[in-house]
Amino acid sequence: MSDINKTAFIAALHRILPAHAVLSSTEDLHPYECDGLSVYRALPLAVCLPETVDQVREILQACHQEKVPVVARGAGTGLSGGALPLTDGVVLSLAKFMRILEIDPLNRTARVQPGVRNLAISQAVAPYGLYYAPDPSSQIACTIGGNVAENSGGVHCLKYGLTVHNVLGLKVLTIAGELLEIGGGALDSSGYDLLALMTGSEGLLGLIVEVTVKLLPKPESAQVVLAAFDDVGKAGQAVGDIIAAGIIPAGLEMMDGLTIRAVEDFIHAGYPVNAAAILLCELDGVAEEVSEQITRVGEILKQAGAIEIRTSRDEQERIKLWAGRKAAFPAMGRISPDYYCMDGTIPRKHLPAVLKRIAALSAEYNLPVANVFHAGDGNLHPLILYDANTPGVLQRTEEFGVKILELCLEMGGTITGEHGVGIEKLGQMCTQFSALELLQFHAIKHAFDPLALLNPGKAVPTLKRCAEFGAMHVHGGKTTFSELERF
Amino acid sequence: MNVTLAHTASKENSPSASDNDLSASLQSKVLACMASRSPIQIVGGNSKAFYGRAPQGERLSVLEHRGIVSYEPTELVITARAGTRLIDIEKVLAERGQMLSFEPPHFSNSAQPDVVSTTTFGGAIATGLSGPCRPYAGSTRDFVLGAKVLTGKGEILKFGGQVMKNVAGFDVARLMTGSLGTLGVLLEISLKVLPRHEAEKTLVFACDAQEAIQRMNIWAGLPIPLSGTTFDGGKLYVRLSGSAAAVRTARTKLGGELLTADADYWRSMRDHTAQFFQDASPLWRISMPAASAQLGLKGSWLLEWGGAQRWLKTSLPGNIIREQVARAGGHATLFRGGDRHSDIFHSLTPALAALHHRLKAAFDPYGILNPGRMYADY
Ligand SMILES: Cc1cc2nc3c(=O)[nH]c(=O)nc-3n(C[C@H](O)[C@H](O)[C@H](O)COP(=O)(O)OP(=O)(O)OC[C@H]3O[C@@H](n4cnc5c(N)ncnc54)[C@H](O)[C@@H]3O)c2cc1C
Repeated sequence: MSDINKTAFIAALHRILPAHAVLSSTEDLHPYECDGLSVYRALPLAVCLPETVDQVREILQACHQEKVPVVARGAGTGLSGGALPLTDGVVLSLAKFMRILEIDPLNRTARVQPGVRNLAISQAVAPYGLYYAPDPSSQIACTIGGNVAENSGGVHCLKYGLTVHNVLGLKVLTIAGELLEIGGGALDSSGYDLLALMTGSEGLLGLIVEVTVKLLPKPESAQVVLAAFDDVGKAGQAVGDIIAAGIIPAGLEMMDGLTIRAVEDFIHAGYPVNAAAILLCELDGVAEEVSEQITRVGEILKQAGAIEIRTSRDEQERIKLWAGRKAAFPAMGRISPDYYCMDGTIPRKHLPAVLKRIAALSAEYNLPVANVFHAGDGNLHPLILYDANTPGVLQRTEEFGVKILELCLEMGGTITGEHGVGIEKLGQMCTQFSALELLQFHAIKHAFDPLALLNPGKAVPTLKRCAEFGAMHVHGGKTTFSELERF
Repeated sequence: MNVTLAHTASKENSPSASDNDLSASLQSKVLACMASRSPIQIVGGNSKAFYGRAPQGERLSVLEHRGIVSYEPTELVITARAGTRLIDIEKVLAERGQMLSFEPPHFSNSAQPDVVSTTTFGGAIATGLSGPCRPYAGSTRDFVLGAKVLTGKGEILKFGGQVMKNVAGFDVARLMTGSLGTLGVLLEISLKVLPRHEAEKTLVFACDAQEAIQRMNIWAGLPIPLSGTTFDGGKLYVRLSGSAAAVRTARTKLGGELLTADADYWRSMRDHTAQFFQDASPLWRISMPAASAQLGLKGSWLLEWGGAQRWLKTSLPGNIIREQVARAGGHATLFRGGDRHSDIFHSLTPALAALHHRLKAAFDPYGILNPGRMYADY
């Protein structure tokens, strides 16, 4: 877009929104230059901060008319660059949509605006004995709109499911400004399962302007067991043993020695600092059931070689044990200038082998790795610790990251369990999917957004890009390529 | 001897082969139909032939595309070809103390011991129907992890995978669930499975519909291991499943009469073999917010899913039913009986209908897969 057009376009935005809700000076744009994956930064043309759905619609229509790309933004806590601005595009922030519109305790649903923080929902419905189950570690900050866009998970997803399992309805604006009402208060709707398609669509298909979430009753009782191991592999094995025994814990998380010590220094959760790994296993249900299962899990863990087992005796202890897990990311931030958080999923049975391979890669790249992750789901979060100020180290870190994702694929897993593809994993998408599969994704996007204005260039790579990565051999000659330009 | 026979017979033609990959021949059939623009009706075990709008086109049977590709109990994942019999999958899971938690209906008289259910795995996923535990355990699509599909372009594509968490690419595997074969022929599906419950009990209470709706929903908001609720003939049936301790505690808390032969009761609900469903009058499936008050529509009612799924036998015209149901925030399907050339599924808003069209075209540009089975115009 030429400068003249830019000025005219920003003037058009000012006609839709009050002055304070359109940001376009470099200084004002800076806070929006990246999301949680801060190695990628860009300044957009403008940031819009609408407050009503009508304003969102008008902004989308203006962008549609002028063919200006739109990047939706919730809290910007995403870890794959999904909310990274496009230099010739608009960032559309949903931050002002913070109202809980309706709580229906009998139907166990809440209708909320997309900018409502994840934790705020559970807090608002707590008086009814209900809560919203998916609990990403970022839950004090991240928005429900962002959660839907990423299909976010959390510590309790093993038993209670991901975002896709806990959302009943969406209101979505298309890039053309059309309102789609998908699902609602009922358990299903007629036609295709667009709810599933929208969940995890990373802002590529539509703007989520309202979410109806499912609420669950709070369990009567919950207890957490902490088991310490002198070997990471044994801890990995114990995870499979628990599941094999027919127990589905509410949460089953693992931390390795490096993480344990960083966390302990930071918040003093009382973790055994000499352990090579710990497992946190939460069991919930009626009191009698929980105590029975605690005993069984304790036995399984002992069998698996745990050197220490502790069980929370009350709610305070339970919260304290979890506090360490929830603070793991910030704790790593204290011991390393930078860290790079990976997010692959593997079949659980490969946990010991994969953790060993990651340790070997860590030695090879001479970069420390801390592992803190959703072990019960096989969802790994290796954190590669590095210092961006050291020349060349970022590139090495990224190469190491790619190796980890490829390892996940080799093991029959996936390159992303919950953080999304964003801008970060485009290259590995070319490995995980065939050219035809990628084209099918583009065809879906085309059905929603024919001009490719919603978060273009994210989540699904073009075949051209895959060919450049050298990750895919594109056959079929010119006809295939000439089609690509459309997407 | 039989084993040898099965082995020597051409793999593709042998009906007794339990492991049979027909992907290539299914693909060439779709490609041929694509070239001639001939419509295809995809058929599995034919147990749900009654469902949806009237089928049309040449039959493409996936019945012999069968076999469990992999099953790892400790991973809680099973992958099987679409033609695999649902009973075979359920049996294999049961042997390892596991189950399909969404209780897919068989609709093939599985209650009669001499009738072998022909229901296929693919058909269960393509219709996306779930059984009594749906509001408490989740729906069919909730358990779908991945799918291999044959699109209307004759392409074999894989989406999702075999792990619990996977957000790479759009969730096409779940989109396929319940799309009635209009977007692709399901070839292979991976599902999450769960351990079977340790204990199960059904309690019965006498009450009226309004009170039943209240109770079902109040209880669903409490930590009670509900796994099924129906209101049927002046009685509220409540199934509890979980650990022995949880079921015992809830039983004491709720009271009621204990139902014997309760497994039969829930199977008769799941497969519509219960008396209520033995009727020729049109049967409507109404899906609405669970706690909604009873609708004033004349006919006989059976409530399931805490009130979120309601069955209505009536001869009232569809537009009257749909209008009332829509006002209550729900949608109505003409599930069985009635005119199969009319609108079976609730109509979509113009914006959603247009989007459905474009999505259909993205998977099946020539409109050859199960055309008209879901909506008249595609
Ligand atoms: C410390 C830390 C811990 C984390 N822990 C977890 C975890 O345990 N589990 C997990 O899954 N994730 C975790 N995350 C990642 C992140 O918090 C989630 O992805 C979260 O859902 C992002 O929400 P957000 O509001 O910040 O979205 P943003 O980062 O603002 O946006 C994310 C994506 O969603 C799109 N988007 C946002 N809002 C909308 C909307 N209304 N309509 C359409 N598209 C939209 C954006 O365009 C972007 O592509 C963590 C992040 C951090 C920093």
